[in-house]
Amino acid sequence: MSNPILQLRSINKSFRSSDGSDRLVLDNVDFTLAEGEIVALLGQSGSGKSTLLRIMAGLITADSGEVSYRGKPIYGPAAGVSMVFQSFALFPWLTVQKNVELGLEALGVSPAEQTRRAKEAISLIGLEGFEGSLPRELSGGMRQRVGIARALVLEPEVLLMDEAFSALDVMTGEHLRDDILELWQSGKLPTKSLLVVSHNIEEAVMMADRVLIFSSNPGRVRAELPITLSRPRQAKGPEVHHLVDTLYTEMVSPSDHYSTDKNKTVTRTSYGLSTATVAQIEGVLERLVDDPFRGTADLPKLAEVSEISDNAFINAADALVMLGLATIEKGDISVTTLGKRFEQGNNERRQEIMGQQMLTNVPFIVNMRHSLEQQSSKEMPFEHLLKVLEFSMNKSDAERVLEAMLEWARYGNVIEVDFSKRLIYLPDADQLQ
Amino acid sequence: MPVANTIQRTSIRLPSARRSGLWDLALLPLVLCVLVVLAFGAQEMATPYQVGTAIDLSLDPLYLPYYLLRTTVRMFIALGFSVVFAFAFALIASRSKAAEKVLVPILDILQSIPILGFMSITVTGFIALFPGNLLGVECAAIFAIFTSQAWNMAFSAYQSFKSIPPELDEASRIFRLSPWQRFWRLDMPFSMPGMLWNMMMSMSGGWFFLVASEAISVANQDIKLPGVGSYIALAIEQRNLHAIGWAIGAMLIGIMIYDQLFFRPLLAWADKFKFEEGDGNTTPKSWALKLWRRTAWIQTGYAAIVRTFEGTLRHFRLKKDGTSPPNRPVIQHRHAERIWDVIISLVFIASIIKLGLFIHSEVGWPEVGHVLYLGVLTLIRVIVLIAVASIIWVPIGIWIGLNPRIAERSQAVAQFLAAFPANLLFPIFVVGIIHFKLSPDIWLSPLMIFGTQWYILFNVIAGASTIPTELRFAATNLRLSGILKWRRYYLPAVFPSLVTGALTATGGSWNASIVSEYVTWGDTTLKAEGLGSYIAEMTATGDFPRIALGIGVMCIFVMGFNRFVWRKLYQMAEKGLNF
Repeated sequence: MSNPILQLRSINKSFRSSDGSDRLVLDNVDFTLAEGEIVALLGQSGSGKSTLLRIMAGLITADSGEVSYRGKPIYGPAAGVSMVFQSFALFPWLTVQKNVELGLEALGVSPAEQTRRAKEAISLIGLEGFEGSLPRELSGGMRQRVGIARALVLEPEVLLMDEAFSALDVMTGEHLRDDILELWQSGKLPTKSLLVVSHNIEEAVMMADRVLIFSSNPGRVRAELPITLSRPRQAKGPEVHHLVDTLYTEMVSPSDHYSTDKNKTVTRTSYGLSTATVAQIEGVLERLVDDPFRGTADLPKLAEVSEISDNAFINAADALVMLGLATIEKGDISVTTLGKRFEQGNNERRQEIMGQQMLTNVPFIVNMRHSLEQQSSKEMPFEHLLKVLEFSMNKSDAERVLEAMLEWARYGNVIEVDFSKRLIYLPDADQLQ
Repeated sequence: MPVANTIQRTSIRLPSARRSGLWDLALLPLVLCVLVVLAFGAQEMATPYQVGTAIDLSLDPLYLPYYLLRTTVRMFIALGFSVVFAFAFALIASRSKAAEKVLVPILDILQSIPILGFMSITVTGFIALFPGNLLGVECAAIFAIFTSQAWNMAFSAYQSFKSIPPELDEASRIFRLSPWQRFWRLDMPFSMPGMLWNMMMSMSGGWFFLVASEAISVANQDIKLPGVGSYIALAIEQRNLHAIGWAIGAMLIGIMIYDQLFFRPLLAWADKFKFEEGDGNTTPKSWALKLWRRTAWIQTGYAAIVRTFEGTLRHFRLKKDGTSPPNRPVIQHRHAERIWDVIISLVFIASIIKLGLFIHSEVGWPEVGHVLYLGVLTLIRVIVLIAVASIIWVPIGIWIGLNPRIAERSQAVAQFLAAFPANLLFPIFVVGIIHFKLSPDIWLSPLMIFGTQWYILFNVIAGASTIPTELRFAATNLRLSGILKWRRYYLPAVFPSLVTGALTATGGSWNASIVSEYVTWGDTTLKAEGLGSYIAEMTATGDFPRIALGIGVMCIFVMGFNRFVWRKLYQMAEKGLNF
């Protein structure tokens, strides 16, 4: 594990946001990918893990810092690094065979050799018989197999996987993941290191030798967790369960225990913002109070019965803590007295509690309300709010956060919203006062 | 390694080639024949010719097949140049930010210059290029057809190139495709469906202006090249209604040949380039392509060509990867960008001053005022006609669009109607207007949208046929009816396509005003006061400053209208419209 293949040193990257100001996405990130290891990058969307992956792929350049592959600095995509995409990125007009041959053709490999090597990769990944099919004739899992074969045929030393399984349904994704791990174990892969970007915690635990947790705003490696379990790992086994537990806790409420952050202040992922919907918050809370948990639950277990994605669950749990409806300690989430009152209350009661809590605990909504009260017109366009959010996140994230925040505020009767005019204004009852 | 056999293997292989022996034999002479005829047509283009002598033309329908051949070859060559131009333009404009800033506005201007404008400026140059040979005139005609086809194709390719999905762009970079490889493996296939659709529209445009481009009567020249367009021009001069009828027939056959032997096979072949997943739309079928695919010797030849071509792909590859330093250090772009902006602005200001001086010395400012007034007249015509056409065709288009069986066929019909040159209707309009003593200022106007209104119809059909089935059910379920049904359901659903159609129709109508505001039948000439007739008149006499003035004013009107009206409507359509 000592031979480094890819090395990143003090990488900084910022993007220009729509109002012209720069937004820091990666802040002084160091990272080394060594020979023979699988590393997983975990983090909320927008935490800069995809950007980091693309810097390693040579697709984007860092503003400052060094990126080197086998000791040589890289200026663009390197020959020994290949990538598997979340959305497969297959060329829809090329057959499976031609898609797999694409990288070989670009290298100028002779046609006979192209065919031979593509056939090998196709059979390695279990796609024999589909050589002549077009991608659109295949299922999602099959398409991703083509994407993997296309990357493997070049015999890359490093394989980057950008949320490679997240566009697939759970079963298919797990199946494909297990196949890849089996190949990795068998030594049939020419690849020496795997880097997996994911937001699925179990996936990271099942695959990786090392898990890095990213914090957002700005992106930093907040914690690192080595996983020494031998493979194949048992998804239902106690060790995996324990690790998933630890990671859940780490992502929802960061501790200093695994922290690699240089300055000790722990940056919360959310900054008092959330993308959780009211329905998700209510759903998670109800399941927490109901049987079998009766108020206190193991995070991964609660996540499982909540039947929403890891990301959504973490957001919802985060929001519960933020609103004072629950607390989290040592991997367990417990409902507060207020949370119980909320859960038992009728709709009106719930809205009242939510409104009160927002106006004490969610700075964004507090500010929104205050500036509305000060406006002479008593209304404000969405664009103002978006601009505020875009100081700390990119445009699409800002829109998602705003959508959630508006839903909260409307639910809590803090503001009213006119979606067709894209305006917020004070509720009628308040204006009369 | 286990594979979940979740789907049935779908084979796209064609029926076995065993039975194709007969086709092979039958098709060989047929293909050879077509090649020989095309070669003959091409050879005829380079016959000796002295400017001033008249070329023999006959209204005898027996000559029509020959004329049709000449026209077909001409249009084919122009289309070829248009495709090359479109891709070259798109490549340069999408790869270089600096070039994009200049090229896109230039194309915008070129698009709004009427075909006669190009003709009057270039024809003498082309003739001088090949002295004593017909080739010069042929070039001028081909260039004129080219100018009626190329611009929208170039825009289509450019927009496709710009909208290539980011993950495919990333994949092409990760797998280190060279620019040559990327063009053939990514850019070209991705832009193919839009390109084909625009090629078909362009073809209609080519037919529409056929008379203007073959019967060259600009700058005091009067040359009629052998072809269907000149045949129509001659028939109009000699008031020969029979010949007009024959010409319509010949055109119909020409359009059908193009459709069956060229566009259908291409559409069927290009179906695989569609990026969106099949949404249940029928895939286009073509008997010609089927034949082509079943014929062994064609397939052998085709495979050989593909092999050679793929050889070039392997040859033009990237020799370096990301670990080798770039040849030249990346310079800071910000300053370069500023300087470029300054240069562009300076050139722009200089040309405005130059133009002002030119107008002042050559035509004088009162003339400019007059031409602007004429522009307003034509503008009023265009707006009124587009509005009328929309009111007529939107309900019909929606009705057709919701009936898939009719919608399928409407495409070919709309294509033919859009290709129908307005000149063919001159006799009806001239006789009618004189007989009923009508005002040409009003009654010549319908000619203007005669060829272009079909774009409105066709786009509305396309829009209505893509209304999701769930929405239809919902509308029925809610018992929407009357005005509410229109306001909440039909109009919002087709509005974006209506805007697209009306935009195309408006552009075409401005161009068509030149042939439709100045109408002749034998020695009778009717004129509607407007910008189109002004340009037509000035072109006939070869008054260059006034042609330039007319064209310039038309450009301003077209571009201003695009900027201030259509762009707003597009934004409205994008936001989702509520009536």
